Amino acid sequence: MIEFVTILLVKTLVVFGVSMLIVAYSTWFERKVLGHVQLRHGPMRVGFHGLLQPIADGIKGFFKEELVPENADKPVFILAPIISIAAALSLLVVIPFGDSVTIMGKEITLYLADLDIGILYVLGISTIGSYGCMLGGWSSGNKYGVLGGLRASAQMISYELPMALAVIGVVMVSGTLSLVGIVNAQAGLWNIVAQPLAFVIFIICGLAELNRTPFDMPEAEAELACGYNVEYSSMKFALFFMAEYAHMFVFAAMVTTLFLGGWHGPFLPGVVWFFIKTFAMIFFCIWERSTFPRCRYDQVMKLGWKVLLPAGFLNIFLTGLWMLVFSG
Amino acid sequence: MIENKKEYIKNVSGCRAETGKFIVPLLKGMVYTLKNFFSKPITIQYPSERREVSQRWRGLHKLKTDDRGELKCVACGLCACICPARAISITPYEEEGGTRYPKEFIVNEIRCIFCGFCEEACPRDAIELTKVYDYVDYNRQDFDFDIAKLKNPEQFVFKGK
Repeated sequence: MIEFVTILLVKTLVVFGVSMLIVAYSTWFERKVLGHVQLRHGPMRVGFHGLLQPIADGIKGFFKEELVPENADKPVFILAPIISIAAALSLLVVIPFGDSVTIMGKEITLYLADLDIGILYVLGISTIGSYGCMLGGWSSGNKYGVLGGLRASAQMISYELPMALAVIGVVMVSGTLSLVGIVNAQAGLWNIVAQPLAFVIFIICGLAELNRTPFDMPEAEAELACGYNVEYSSMKFALFFMAEYAHMFVFAAMVTTLFLGGWHGPFLPGVVWFFIKTFAMIFFCIWERSTFPRCRYDQVMKLGWKVLLPAGFLNIFLTGLWMLVFSG
Repeated sequence: MIENKKEYIKNVSGCRAETGKFIVPLLKGMVYTLKNFFSKPITIQYPSERREVSQRWRGLHKLKTDDRGELKCVACGLCACICPARAISITPYEEEGGTRYPKEFIVNEIRCIFCGFCEEACPRDAIELTKVYDYVDYNRQDFDFDIAKLKNPEQFVFKGK
């Protein structure tokens, strides 16, 4: 019993620590990549090539003044960033980082939990994250905040559906809802080959869920000042920021798990493959951000409802047809 | 006159999204940004790297000294006279033996327009505009350069912390 608890505790701490490190350094990575795309260097001064920049930013975040606007609904205002970050961090539980390894005669699985309904858990909890945006925008008593929050909720609900439809295709192919099971099912053929349409739909919807360019409606700087987090300062703002990047990490990990074969890969150990693929996805997120302009709001909605939703249904239909013809 | 109004409105309202002709341009954009990502940044890391200035760059003034380390300037006042911005003020001082030198030589670096006339007017080749351009300070008074500052403007080159 004690052994079980100890192992679980250590694993939790490691997953949490590594993930927070990745979250912190993906801000650095994003600034670096954006800089180089724009023929700049990005952060260079704090530490070697700006490597200590995230730490400096964190310290700055702690020491900034905490402001609560007069019109704000105070309890909700404080709760909103906590919901955001909690939802993002709860997702880390089900990510399969790698296959099991044997340390000191014990077989240790490189994931915290293998839920039978792992993928449903991910879809559900990631939706809770949008409550953070929505409540944060609404409770700050600021018109830009409200607009940003409304946009966030509308957009996230719209893109939740095609995302789930894309996932259904994967589930049909793999025959299981457990993330570990899905990875194991991809040992021979990665789902990106079996489900290319679902892959594209999932990535587009994922970017919309992340509120990243070209779907960064909730925080469109040019129109909404800063969107839902406009009234937030210091550590509360930093929590929103961390939630965003934690979400990005989870999204990259999800794409890796569902479509890119998870920890499968030749020569290198599974964990290394997992992180290579995840970082490739994070790079993709930053790369497309540096390229695409922001869509207009009606275009975002049109894309979600008129293109991606039918495409999701089409994908399910085609997958079903495929399975009927070839394995029936 | 627009021939086909319907077609025109369709094109103006935008709608690459409706015709589906946006995927290739987006991919082209991705290639372009990736190319940029792998090319060398054009940023100059200022204090450690500096932009090359022109051969004829006119920066802070320098009062030259001769072999014995004394000012070449004889305080004739030609530079002050020709200066279009009236940035130079000289108080001459004459010794008993007849040697003349400036007791005070003040160049107001805020008034100065860095035209270089003082350099050209000087009969003794005593004043020169160096290539130093990064002088910063907190007070206006500090921009009134006296002889001590004018003797060695190179000390103001910013080297970082």
